[in-house]
Amino acid sequence: MKPSAPAVWAPAGPGAPGAPGAPVPGSALRGRRTAGLAVLLVLLAACAAGSLLIGARAIAPAEVWRVLTAPDGGEASAVVWSLRLPRTAIGIAVGAALGTAGVLMQSHTRNPIADPGILGVSHGAALGVVLGVFLLGMSDLASFVWLAIAGAVIASTAVFAIASGGSRGPTPITLVLAGAAMSALLSGVISAIVLLDHSSLEVYRFWRLGTLAGRPMEVFWQVLPFIAAGLALAAANAPGLNALALGDDVATALGQRVRLTRAAGVLSIALLTGAATAAAGPIGFVGLAAPHLARAITGPDHRWTVPLAAPAGACLVLAADIAGRVVRGNGEVEVGIVLAVLGAPFFIALIRRGRMIAP
Amino acid sequence: MTTDRSPSPTGPEGPGPRLRAEGATLGYGETVVTRDLDFAVADGAVTSIIGPNGCGKSTLLRALGRLLRPRSGQVLLDGRPIARTPPRQVARTVAVLPQAPLAPPGLTVGDLVMRGRHPHQSWYRQWSSSDAGEVARALEMTGMAGFAERPLERLSGGQRQRAWISMALAQGTDLLLLDEPTTYLDLAHQIEVLELVRALNRDHGRTVVMVLHDLNLAGRYSDLLVAMRDGAVRASGAPGEVLTPDLVAETFGLECKVVPDPVSGSPLVVPVGVRTEEG
Repeated sequence: MKPSAPAVWAPAGPGAPGAPGAPVPGSALRGRRTAGLAVLLVLLAACAAGSLLIGARAIAPAEVWRVLTAPDGGEASAVVWSLRLPRTAIGIAVGAALGTAGVLMQSHTRNPIADPGILGVSHGAALGVVLGVFLLGMSDLASFVWLAIAGAVIASTAVFAIASGGSRGPTPITLVLAGAAMSALLSGVISAIVLLDHSSLEVYRFWRLGTLAGRPMEVFWQVLPFIAAGLALAAANAPGLNALALGDDVATALGQRVRLTRAAGVLSIALLTGAATAAAGPIGFVGLAAPHLARAITGPDHRWTVPLAAPAGACLVLAADIAGRVVRGNGEVEVGIVLAVLGAPFFIALIRRGRMIAP
Repeated sequence: MTTDRSPSPTGPEGPGPRLRAEGATLGYGETVVTRDLDFAVADGAVTSIIGPNGCGKSTLLRALGRLLRPRSGQVLLDGRPIARTPPRQVARTVAVLPQAPLAPPGLTVGDLVMRGRHPHQSWYRQWSSSDAGEVARALEMTGMAGFAERPLERLSGGQRQRAWISMALAQGTDLLLLDEPTTYLDLAHQIEVLELVRALNRDHGRTVVMVLHDLNLAGRYSDLLVAMRDGAVRASGAPGEVLTPDLVAETFGLECKVVPDPVSGSPLVVPVGVRTEEG
C-alpha cells in the first residue's frame, strides 16, 4: 500500500548545521538586547545630566549638584529647580510615551511609517485645547492638560469604533483609514475655529510648536498617571503583539483575543500620545524613529522592542531639547523644530543603511 | 516510536470524536457558505477535505479551528462548545495553521516556533524550560533544528512551510488543522510537507485534518477523504471509496479514469476532460 514514513524525519534542506537538541536559539540576540537596553539607559542618564547642566545661563556642574542636593533659594537654585528640572522630567516622560506609543502604533497597523498621530490622537488633543480657549476662554497651560487628554481619548475611541464597523472587526487597514479620516475632519474643525477667533489662534499657534520650555513641574505630575497607565498597558500588550504580528488568523489560532488586544493597544496609544501632547504640544518624529531604533537592536520581539523604545524616545527628546538650547546663543529653538530638522536626515541615513526593519 | 505526548488537560470525555461540528451554518458577512453541516474528525487519522473552489472546505476547517464562529449550530471539542471555552485552552488542544500567515521581516525560525508556546504562557510567566523543550522537540520533528537561527525569508518554500508547521506543533496539541499546506509549493516541496504530515500522524500520534487541492496527493497521504460540494459533504471514507470516476464527476464536474498509483497503490485520478453540463 502506502510507502512507510521515515521513522525519524530527515531534513531535506541543504546541509543542516547544528545537532538536534541544540540549545534554545537566540542566546546571542538576548545578549545584544540586554546590552542595548543598558546602553540606552546610560545614554538616557547622560542626556538627563546634560539637560540639567546646559542652558542659557552658565552654571558650573558643581553648583548644579549643590543646589540640587540642597536648594538655597538663590538664583542658580531657582533656575535648576523651576526651569531645568521640570523640563528634563517632562522631556523624559514625553519621549518615553511617544516612543512606546510609536511601537504600538506601527505594530497594530503593521505599518513601518505609522506615527502615533495616525489615529487622530494628536488632532483630538489639539481640538481639545482649541475648544477650551474658544468656548471657555482658558489660557493656562495646566488647564490645557485635561482638555488635551480628553480630546485624544475621545478621538481615538471614535476611530476604534469606526474601524470596528466591518464584519472582521478592527483591522490594520480600517484603523489607518478611520484615523486618517478623523484627522482630516478634526484639523478642518481646528482651522475653522482659529480662523474665526483670533485669541484661539494666538494660543494655538504657540501651543502647537511643541516645546518643553516654560512648563511648570505641575504639568509633569498631571500627565504622569496617564503615562504610567499607558506604559503599563503597553507592557501588557507586548506578548499579544508578538502573536498579532503573525496575522490575525494565526493570533486567534494561538488563543489570543484579537479584538481585545487591539482595544488595549489603542487605549494605550491614546493615553500616551494624549498625555505627551498635553504636556509639550504635538512633537513629531519621536514616535516614528524611536521604534525603529529599538527594533534595530532587538529584532522582531515586542517583549523587548516595547521596553527599549521608551528610553530611546526619551533620549531623542532630551538630546533635541539640549541641541535647541545651544544652537542659538541667547534664544532657543523649540524641541519640535529641532527634531524635525535634525531627525529627518538621521532617519534617512538609517533607511539607507538598511537598518530599518518593519514591525 | 510511541506517541510522545501526554493527554491534553481537558482529556477526552468518553468515547466519540474529540472535535466535531453539529448543525453548523457558516459564512462570511451576508454570504452563507454551508448550512446545517455535521462533521466529525476521525481521531488518530489523517483526513483531507477535498472539493472544488468555493465549496466550503476551508470555511469548515476555519470553523473547526475556532477562526470562524458558526452562525448557528456549534463546534464541540471534547464535548464542550469551543465558542464557550477560553481561547487559550482551545489553543492548547487544537492547533490551526491558516492560509497566508504573516512573518515579520527578520523573524528567525526559532523565534517563530517559540511563538507557538503563546497559549501556554501568561503575562507573568513568559518562558520556561518546558517551553524550551517543546520548541526543541517541534524543531526536531520537522527536521528544522539546524535552521533555528535562520530568518524565514532565507528558507525554501518547503522549509518555510515546515517552520510554520513546527510553530503549530510547539503548541503541543493532539489535533492539527492545516489549511492548504501545500499551496504555492512546487511538487517536490509538496511531497516534503505531506511526508512530514504523515510522519507526525504515524510516529507522533497527531490527528491531522487538512484541506488539499491535489486529489492524487490527498489520496496518497490520507487515511480518509471528505469530498465537499456547495457547502455539503458529498462523500467520505477511505481514498479508494471516495476517488471513483462517478464521485469525481459529481463533485468536480471532471470526467476521469481512476488507476492504481504505480508507487503507492493509492487511487490515481487521470483527467479525461471537463464536463460542461449546461453548455
